[in-house]
Amino acid sequence: MEVTTPQTGPIFCIEPSRGWTALKLGELWHYRELLYFLAWRDIKVRYKQSAIGAGWALLQPLATMAIFTLIFGRLANMPSDGLPYSVFAFTGLLPWNYFAQALTRSSTSLVSNGGLISKVYFPRLIVPLSAAIAPLVDFAVAFLALVCMMLWYSIMPTWHWMVLPLCLSFAAISAFAVGLWLAALNVRYRDVAHTIPFLVQFWMFASPVAYPASLVPAKWRLLYGLNPMAGVIEGFRWCLLGTGTLDLRTLAMSALTVLALLWGGAIFFKRMERTFADVV
Amino acid sequence: MTDIAIRVEGLAKQYEIGAAKVRHDTLRDTLVDYGGRFLKRWRRPDTQPENGDATHIWALKDVSFEVKRGQVMGLIGRNGAGKSTLLKMLSRITEPTSGRAEIHGRVGSLLEVGTGFDRELTGRENVYLNGTILGMRKAEIDRKFDDIVEFSGVQKFIDTPVKRYSSGMYVRLAFSVAAHLEPEILIIDEVLAVGDAEFQRKCLGKMGNIAQEGRTILFVSHSMSAVLRLCSHAVLLNGGRLVYQGPSASVVDRYLSSGSKTSSEKVWTEQELAAVQGPFRPLAVRICDSQGEHTEVVRSVLPFSVELEYQITAPIRDLALHIKLDTIQGERLFITSDRDDPANYQRYLVRQPGHYVSRCHVPASLLNRGVFVVEVSASIPNVQMLFSEPSVVRFSVDESGSPGSHWAGDRGGFFRPALAWDILAGIPTAEANR
Repeated sequence: MEVTTPQTGPIFCIEPSRGWTALKLGELWHYRELLYFLAWRDIKVRYKQSAIGAGWALLQPLATMAIFTLIFGRLANMPSDGLPYSVFAFTGLLPWNYFAQALTRSSTSLVSNGGLISKVYFPRLIVPLSAAIAPLVDFAVAFLALVCMMLWYSIMPTWHWMVLPLCLSFAAISAFAVGLWLAALNVRYRDVAHTIPFLVQFWMFASPVAYPASLVPAKWRLLYGLNPMAGVIEGFRWCLLGTGTLDLRTLAMSALTVLALLWGGAIFFKRMERTFADVV
Repeated sequence: MTDIAIRVEGLAKQYEIGAAKVRHDTLRDTLVDYGGRFLKRWRRPDTQPENGDATHIWALKDVSFEVKRGQVMGLIGRNGAGKSTLLKMLSRITEPTSGRAEIHGRVGSLLEVGTGFDRELTGRENVYLNGTILGMRKAEIDRKFDDIVEFSGVQKFIDTPVKRYSSGMYVRLAFSVAAHLEPEILIIDEVLAVGDAEFQRKCLGKMGNIAQEGRTILFVSHSMSAVLRLCSHAVLLNGGRLVYQGPSASVVDRYLSSGSKTSSEKVWTEQELAAVQGPFRPLAVRICDSQGEHTEVVRSVLPFSVELEYQITAPIRDLALHIKLDTIQGERLFITSDRDDPANYQRYLVRQPGHYVSRCHVPASLLNRGVFVVEVSASIPNVQMLFSEPSVVRFSVDESGSPGSHWAGDRGGFFRPALAWDILAGIPTAEANR
């Protein structure tokens, strides 16, 4: 039995917290197994009782790709950096779909786990964090499809692909950062839940999913970098397809944006956290 | 080292009554209506609204108490007394508005059975999920898994999604996970309100075991018999304030007799009598001491009587008056009738119109310390119920001077009889006989 002895037992002080509170990352680490199980539950439950199960993770981006190829590729003759449009679009859809999923799920996570929050104590940050992690599985499934497509079109990745994990983490952190704000707000204002689909759609058109970033005029590039997903998606294409260049200034802009969002989001979340159990 | 497990000092929690309305409101309305206030609160969230503010209520105010290590403490009070709020604060789910609490040791709190259970997952998966949510390590669950499943009795269905479970199986599995939590301090809210009688008995037994292992328990329940059985001490909350604390028996008595206007005498008023139909008209019921004087407190070592005063407006044949004596927890102790005595039966075969008193004499050394409730009824047995009034009067019994009261400690039980004992000395042993 791993019951701590009374002499060494921890002492918790329960007091109203004032001002800025610490993030308590140590405590977060202590609860890492819960993080794992919550993400695992999300993955397990997502495709339960559906005939093709995780096939949906494949079908959704493939279908979107087909529509994009038809409309943007064929009808609108969208430039695709000299690649088959379908591969071009799919490489953009992959990180985008992950980001959209992670953002949507982490934003609604606190409300959908309201039962847990009002009945058990654990660091609340775990909830949006696990929701942002869970869609990585869908990403992995779709990624296999991309690998097949690249083989089909005989596109060989260069050493650039080693930067891919970095791009993916960047997408994850971006989704989590924005998710923190929206999740905390959603507890109090359910309007947020209704705003999210619109926000995601708007954001997609503001990101180079269906079109190449090279279409954006150079003078707007820096401003474009405010959208972290612009860097991520271009980064993906650069890593896998070898198109475009990594614009360091744009990337730095994206990184700063995400860091600011994350930092502010964490503080905002911590501040709102005190009343989660009371209003959720 | 200290022997205190939980120390609560001036804990208070304030809720915004408007919160329920605000929270589903649209953002726009809120910005318009509450914009100014929100901004003010955002800048100075620690400012407490003044007391008279109608939009705020104190769910809990100035509550202080201590729970010693290894103590089983009951927490009782009516709905809305602040019990759940207190538990939520001690479980760190919600923050107090002011005051503080110290908790010495690992806390496991059980505010609900099956928190975090996912209906789509199998029993096995839910054991892991729920266990982790309650604060167990995966390795710990691995080790206890077989015990958990065995205790729940759902071995056969452990790999079936719990949505296919009966509600009983669901609850058993959920409680079983919780029962294998091994914190130093266990906080439990009304878990016994679920499940059938058999399951509740099992829960109580398990909690009794936990208590015997020397762990500290803070236990909220509406079941007074569970509190009396499990808890040595209790705290009574009312309207967010701690109104009484002490040994559980006295706190339970206090709780049960609070909020009730019943006393040891009941006199029917003209208005009340107007509602009574038939030839039997009750006038008064009262508890009298050995001198025949009306009293609220009866001494266990002295006899007392229950007096029924009534009027008969038309001759009634075979009338019988009954007194039913219950403990305040609702256990029936006995029923007695004024026709039990054959002499009375013969003499009052028919009661003519007039004013009567039926007096029941209760002998000395019968009842133990506690609060008792009297129900009276008048009927023609097997034919017609003429009048019946449950918990018409109540009285308390003081045990001072009764057998064994020179020993320290509270003696349980409803009765406190003075019984004859023989102590035989110098008995030859079995070996010596051989």
